Amino acid sequence: MDDVKTPSREERKSALSGLGTSRKRVEDARFTQGKGNYVDDIKLKGMLFGDFVRSPVAHARVKNIETSAALALPGVHAVLTAADLEPLGLHWMPTLAGDKQMVLADGKVLFQGQEVAFVVGDDRYAVADGVSLVEVEYEELPVVTDPFKAELKDAPILREDIADQKEGAHGARRHPNHIFTWEAGEKEETDKVLEEAEVVADEMVYYHRTHPCPLETCGCVASMDKVNGKLTVWGTFQAPHAVRTVASLISSIPEHNIRIISPDIGGGFGNKVGVYPGYVCSIVASIVTGVPIKWVEDRMDNLMATAFARDYWMHGKISATKEGKITGLWCHTTADHGAFDACADPTKFPAGFMNICTGSYDIPVAYLAVDGVYTNKAPGGVAYRCSFRVTEASYFIERMIEVLAQKLGMDSAELRSKNFIKKEQFPYTSALGWEYDSGDYHQAWEKAMKSVNYKQLREDQAKQLQLFKDGKSRKLMGIGLSHFTEIVGAGPVKNCDILGLGMFDACEIRIHPTGSAIARLGTISQGQGHATTFAQILASEIGIPASDITLEEGDTDTAPYGLGTYGSRSTPVAGAATAMAGRKIRAKAQMIAAYLLEVHDDDLEWDVDRFSVKGAPEKFKTMKEIAFASYNQAIPGVEPGLEAVSYYDPPNMTYPNGAYVVVMEIDVDTGVSDIKQVYALDDCGTRINPMIIEGQVHGGLTEALAISMGQEIAYDEQGNVMTGTLMDFFIPTAWETPNYETDYTETPSPHHPIGAKGVGESPNVGGVSAFSNAVHDAFKPFGLTQAHMPHDHWRVWKIAKDLGLHS
Amino acid sequence: MIPSAFTFYKPDNIEKAISLMSDFGDEARVIAGGHSLIPVMKQRLTDIKHLIDLSGINEIKGIEITGNQISIGAMTTQVELINNEELFKKAPIIREASLQIADPQVRNLGTIGGNVANGDPANDMPGLMQLLDATYKLSGSNGVRDVKAREFYEGAYFTVREDDEILISISFDAPSGGYAYEKQKRKIGDYATAAAGVILKVENNMCSSASIALTNLSDTPVYCNKAVDIILGKEIDNNILTQVTEACVDQSDPVADQRGPVEFKKYVAGIVIKKALTRAIERT
Repeated sequence: MDDVKTPSREERKSALSGLGTSRKRVEDARFTQGKGNYVDDIKLKGMLFGDFVRSPVAHARVKNIETSAALALPGVHAVLTAADLEPLGLHWMPTLAGDKQMVLADGKVLFQGQEVAFVVGDDRYAVADGVSLVEVEYEELPVVTDPFKAELKDAPILREDIADQKEGAHGARRHPNHIFTWEAGEKEETDKVLEEAEVVADEMVYYHRTHPCPLETCGCVASMDKVNGKLTVWGTFQAPHAVRTVASLISSIPEHNIRIISPDIGGGFGNKVGVYPGYVCSIVASIVTGVPIKWVEDRMDNLMATAFARDYWMHGKISATKEGKITGLWCHTTADHGAFDACADPTKFPAGFMNICTGSYDIPVAYLAVDGVYTNKAPGGVAYRCSFRVTEASYFIERMIEVLAQKLGMDSAELRSKNFIKKEQFPYTSALGWEYDSGDYHQAWEKAMKSVNYKQLREDQAKQLQLFKDGKSRKLMGIGLSHFTEIVGAGPVKNCDILGLGMFDACEIRIHPTGSAIARLGTISQGQGHATTFAQILASEIGIPASDITLEEGDTDTAPYGLGTYGSRSTPVAGAATAMAGRKIRAKAQMIAAYLLEVHDDDLEWDVDRFSVKGAPEKFKTMKEIAFASYNQAIPGVEPGLEAVSYYDPPNMTYPNGAYVVVMEIDVDTGVSDIKQVYALDDCGTRINPMIIEGQVHGGLTEALAISMGQEIAYDEQGNVMTGTLMDFFIPTAWETPNYETDYTETPSPHHPIGAKGVGESPNVGGVSAFSNAVHDAFKPFGLTQAHMPHDHWRVWKIAKDLGLHS
Repeated sequence: MIPSAFTFYKPDNIEKAISLMSDFGDEARVIAGGHSLIPVMKQRLTDIKHLIDLSGINEIKGIEITGNQISIGAMTTQVELINNEELFKKAPIIREASLQIADPQVRNLGTIGGNVANGDPANDMPGLMQLLDATYKLSGSNGVRDVKAREFYEGAYFTVREDDEILISISFDAPSGGYAYEKQKRKIGDYATAAAGVILKVENNMCSSASIALTNLSDTPVYCNKAVDIILGKEIDNNILTQVTEACVDQSDPVADQRGPVEFKKYVAGIVIKKALTRAIERT
């Protein structure tokens, strides 16, 4: 019988579940059954708990800390203060941005929620009681929450430790509350272009302070083994290797004696990149007590004290000809960094990649300056579901485009189309110095406009406006457009490092004798599905089914060195390392196959999951056969085993892009907006797993919706956090989340081994502008040019009121 | 987010609960669904030494309907109010308002008694009970007494309930006429930015009976007696609805919070009141 059919090439390919397959996430079986292993699931013998006494005020001198009542409480073992950490040199710690930060209040507090003392006890209950018994005497000082008042002559000096330093980590400081000035582009030339321009639009665009608010808050378990001198820390770390190096540098524990483990992480969004006082205090407490210490934040701690995002005041000027050809762009940003500069940016970029703010447009000349200032707010400035300051940059340019279109009396879709960088201009060097690798913006834009039937939308909008004007409706329709270009995949070691650590990444692959494999990476998934997608990259590269490949990340004792997962860098950098390591495996496999088939290496060709002899495809060796041979054949000149490692230094960043449209209906009396349509077209280059891309886009859009329509970290004038719980900090539920339509174009990155660009952050970058532009667009007929986010009910109501629509 | 230590009691009858209350005075609190109390305990905004759980007392659970008389045990959950078909037939506004409280998880545990007795002006049920002119039955060491919902609330978290008294049931007559409960909120699970309930009857285009109450627009629920006086006996037209709305807004006294400033809240109050009036009239 001839029943046993040889599988076709296509069948063999599909059996791999490689690139382009909507493979189901392998992580979900354990997550959906409650079998994940998060930091708070880690329970060690003799483990104690720690928690903080936090400052109730935003700015004060700490006169005295009385710990005796807490220490007298049964179950409380220790109370650490700055005085206890000082002999170890750990009362302050370096930030990722070249500044330093108090671990525990050293003489003063600078923001509400700042860590003042660390109480260690038997369990969370004893610790909570201990915390309430620590008495701290504060002498309140004047508070600065407005970044524009921070640099006034008589402003209270926040950072007395560096008040006299004229030079900071990023150059000259002009005021004790000034951190840095960072510039890019051509100042004089830009001024000249703006002066001579036919049309100039001038606007202040504020991107408010918000917070990544991952589902799982930050935490760690630190365990110092005094017998072997080894420190192990399990923690919510987006960059475990960087944490290990920093921990070694500040603690003087040799790096080989530190093991950092990131177990399952319940979302990061940038919040878990930096180093927090909780980690340092847990480590010290474990050294002091000799037992493991667990510290896990509650929600209020997380919102109040861990890294915030945004808080950029972006003053912009954009010039154009009367026909709408953009001639220049100017931007001055005042960046509110809070009490310490704890941004997580590559060293040379204190304002991240804000200089991507020329967006998707061919702008001949531009100038950007960013001034960072201290205020009495929590430190941070992290890239919340975006690459470093890219959402800010994208929001800025997409607002400026709208304001310019208004000034020109031109449709903003047309203005965009007129100024897009053309396909044939790639690689394109922007006025602010980036080399955009690839894109086809016109194709994406036209597809988007056609998909949403843009012309019809504008007609519907005009009809609705007429009904409103005739007094037949109190609703307006807004159409929000955005075209974004991201810059992700940090990054080339020549210009990207964090604390001197080059931002390469790595993958190590080991093929087992029976033809399955394990791959380890320097990144760490926080929900991105790396175990699923990186296995797919490898499946296509080495011809082993994705389901036969185990992915491991997050343990610094076993994983190769890498800079972690944030800024959409995993696919562009670690994904490339994975492909390159796979290619090394394949190269060795080819030698083994040649030996087995008794032909020259060059006589073989790769065919999905095997090497076959050119012109004689019936003669072949599958990867499975080759793997086994590598372990049991003595092949002259070839070492046994089948392993490879690749450290990948990307030659350039990648530039994902996309075209988004949001349609909403706004009730001018209640301020309530009803989102009618959200269309998101993404070009992330080669698509590894379309299902995961769609999930990423849905998630990112929902965070964009949150940020633009209500989410914020608000302070009153005394520096009190007004949004410390999820009652006031907006996280959309399924009820508030609209339906999403996703779409794509595919322009592979020319320098990435598989052409992938990264997608996890695109929807946040493109989404915020689209939602916000829709609100602005609804009120455009009444002369609105700029209204700051978040567009919650009362702020939208106020737009209508100020435009006289309530009488 | 760990409460300070407390002793937990779970009595199985109301006498035992009252006796615990009189023993411990203001150091004791009863807990019903716990959705208001537990968060403030966890934030240590309140220090309760003795916590008395009422969930073991069956005599204060359930819905009784006799003719037009409705009596609801204090420990009846919101989901039970929503699912009771008979109650829906007699007083459909209960379901309409209950479905706007928090989210399904909260409604599975949250009780009508906890909602009305806590004295939180943001809760929806106090306004609704004033709208229905309900009577609260309080049981304490001095016996049982009745208090009108419209006379129960003195200020935010302050009510006429004595320290040793427990709310055991709520009763009201089945309302007749059109009804509506309108609530604007920022998201599911949120308290009202402004909410209004209306019940009214229109006969021969004249308003023959009316009740209007507001939620989260003052430090207590607001029963809009002045607005009711204006509309009673009047022909329903746009002019009268505007006057009624204005009278309601005049009686409101909201405070600024993250939902918005006072001016906004008063404006939105006007909108929800007008919507509730219009929908109630449509339903007559």
